[in-house]
Amino acid sequence: MSSLYERIQEERAKYPADAESAVLPALRLAQEEHGWLSPDTLREVANALDETPAYVKSIASFYDQFHLAPVGEHLVEVCTNVSCAVVGAQQVVEAFEGELGCRCGETSADGKVTLRAVECLGGCGWATIVAVDHHYRTHVSAGDVPAIVEELRGA
Amino acid sequence: MAPDIVFANATTELAEYEQAGGYSALAKARAMTPAAVTEELVTSELRGRGGAFFPAGRKWSFVPSKEQLPKPHYLVVNADESEPGSFKDNEILSRVPHRFIEGCLITAHAIDCENVFVYIRGEYSGPYEILVGALEELKDRPEIRGDVTIVVHRGAGAYICGEETALLESLEGKRGQPRSKPPFPAVSGLYASPTVVNNVETITTVPPVIAMGGAEYAKLGVPNTRGSRVVSVSGNVVNGGNFEIDAGTSLREIIYDLAGGIPDGRALKAVVPGGSSTVILTADEIDVGYDFDSLAALHTAMGSAGIVVLDDRCCIVQLGVRFSEFYEHESCGKCTPCREGTRWLTAILRKLEDGRATQGDLDLMLDVCDRINGKCLCPLGDSDAIIVASYVAKFREEFQAHIDQGGCPFGGSSSLDHVIAPVAMHTHSPVTQVPA
Repeated sequence: MSSLYERIQEERAKYPADAESAVLPALRLAQEEHGWLSPDTLREVANALDETPAYVKSIASFYDQFHLAPVGEHLVEVCTNVSCAVVGAQQVVEAFEGELGCRCGETSADGKVTLRAVECLGGCGWATIVAVDHHYRTHVSAGDVPAIVEELRGA
Repeated sequence: MAPDIVFANATTELAEYEQAGGYSALAKARAMTPAAVTEELVTSELRGRGGAFFPAGRKWSFVPSKEQLPKPHYLVVNADESEPGSFKDNEILSRVPHRFIEGCLITAHAIDCENVFVYIRGEYSGPYEILVGALEELKDRPEIRGDVTIVVHRGAGAYICGEETALLESLEGKRGQPRSKPPFPAVSGLYASPTVVNNVETITTVPPVIAMGGAEYAKLGVPNTRGSRVVSVSGNVVNGGNFEIDAGTSLREIIYDLAGGIPDGRALKAVVPGGSSTVILTADEIDVGYDFDSLAALHTAMGSAGIVVLDDRCCIVQLGVRFSEFYEHESCGKCTPCREGTRWLTAILRKLEDGRATQGDLDLMLDVCDRINGKCLCPLGDSDAIIVASYVAKFREEFQAHIDQGGCPFGGSSSLDHVIAPVAMHTHSPVTQVPA
């Protein structure tokens, strides 16, 4: 596989009018490779983009999906906006907290799973929506949670 | 009879799509002059499906010719669907990606453009993979692609990037903060060049409009709201989902016939008609056509067509708290009334809910609404102010009860009780211990 630097150059080539457009794709690639965006990783991205680390961090800190601190191997994101909440999203969050032994916003002690509440994921009619490693599970209820956690602990 | 326009012959496969007549509207459009294609759109009376409801053909016609302004033209498709209650573009991209791509190519022809950018919200991994797969299928089909390059650009979690100028900033590699207008994107958009920004559903409706002809499309629906509309129904309904309706279908019919009504024998309390940013309707107000004029008469709007149905277990103050927390979390921070005001609204609503509010707090809250509304670069803060004021206007006795009883009259039994919101989670604080 090509290096992160090379893959960022491929992203930049998609925007011939202004390679600065590749900031989000570059941060995404870096996060996929390292799991989170450490100061060192931000410097690496800045180098590849010919930007300053401060600029790159100013972008990374604006967007919700970028992690500026370490996260678990897997990411569980529960939508708690209104459409999910009125059919039991909070019970789903609490079931995950119970199974994982950590609070919402934290990572389980074994480092396997980070649990987050997130804003509307755009699947309201199929509530509750839970994004497991960025792929949506629909119609999730509290009763489904133990199986999801078991699956992630085994993976 | 529900129309079948956007989702007709749904398939993700190129071969199946072509077999059902796919990409023939593109051939038809390319045989026409760009001006004639735009004229067809004007005739169709198709209006933007993202929320602002601007006539699509007119938007295209604002792009100056390359003789007038010698710069490249861009088409940017807004697939940053993030309005609470809306999930139509998710399903459109997932089920009819080729119709969407065909719409991009027809629009590119109409506005004389060779570069299309699809800005898709970062969370939509599923639709993104389907769209990229569909584009992959066109790799060996230069006769379909023409000289147009389509780049799919993924966002990274920011509701504000659905606002078109914030989207353009984000696409340029900046923080997603709205620009002041004018200049409008049609003249100075992406890379300061003429740019058309259209919503996914609008673009996906273009091929059927060209195929059937603008005049034929304009026969559907009702005056001022022509054609079909994909509505997203969620909340306390039996069958949540997207439904393609004839514009003007009554809200009651959408909720009770299409979505199966309210489950568990509960009573309807309220309906958010067009995504979280729209003025709420009470149970008595649902005998209204789902179209621009009928909803405007009730001072509300179709917005992005996210219909959120709430039964009698929902505390309206908690509804205000949860939506206000959303706007507070998503405020980009550029304009002070929005950045500070949304936080104030959440704080006062929270005070009401907890039973700590005095009569003066209710007045203060409405005053904060007035001081946000109309004073920002974009509608994000306005939305929070407008909806909270509408909750007070229509459910004042419930707000009053929170003050009089010194707490929530639902006593912990509301469907929105104690919901954790991301704004309370400090999403950018460390989520694990940083290693030494």
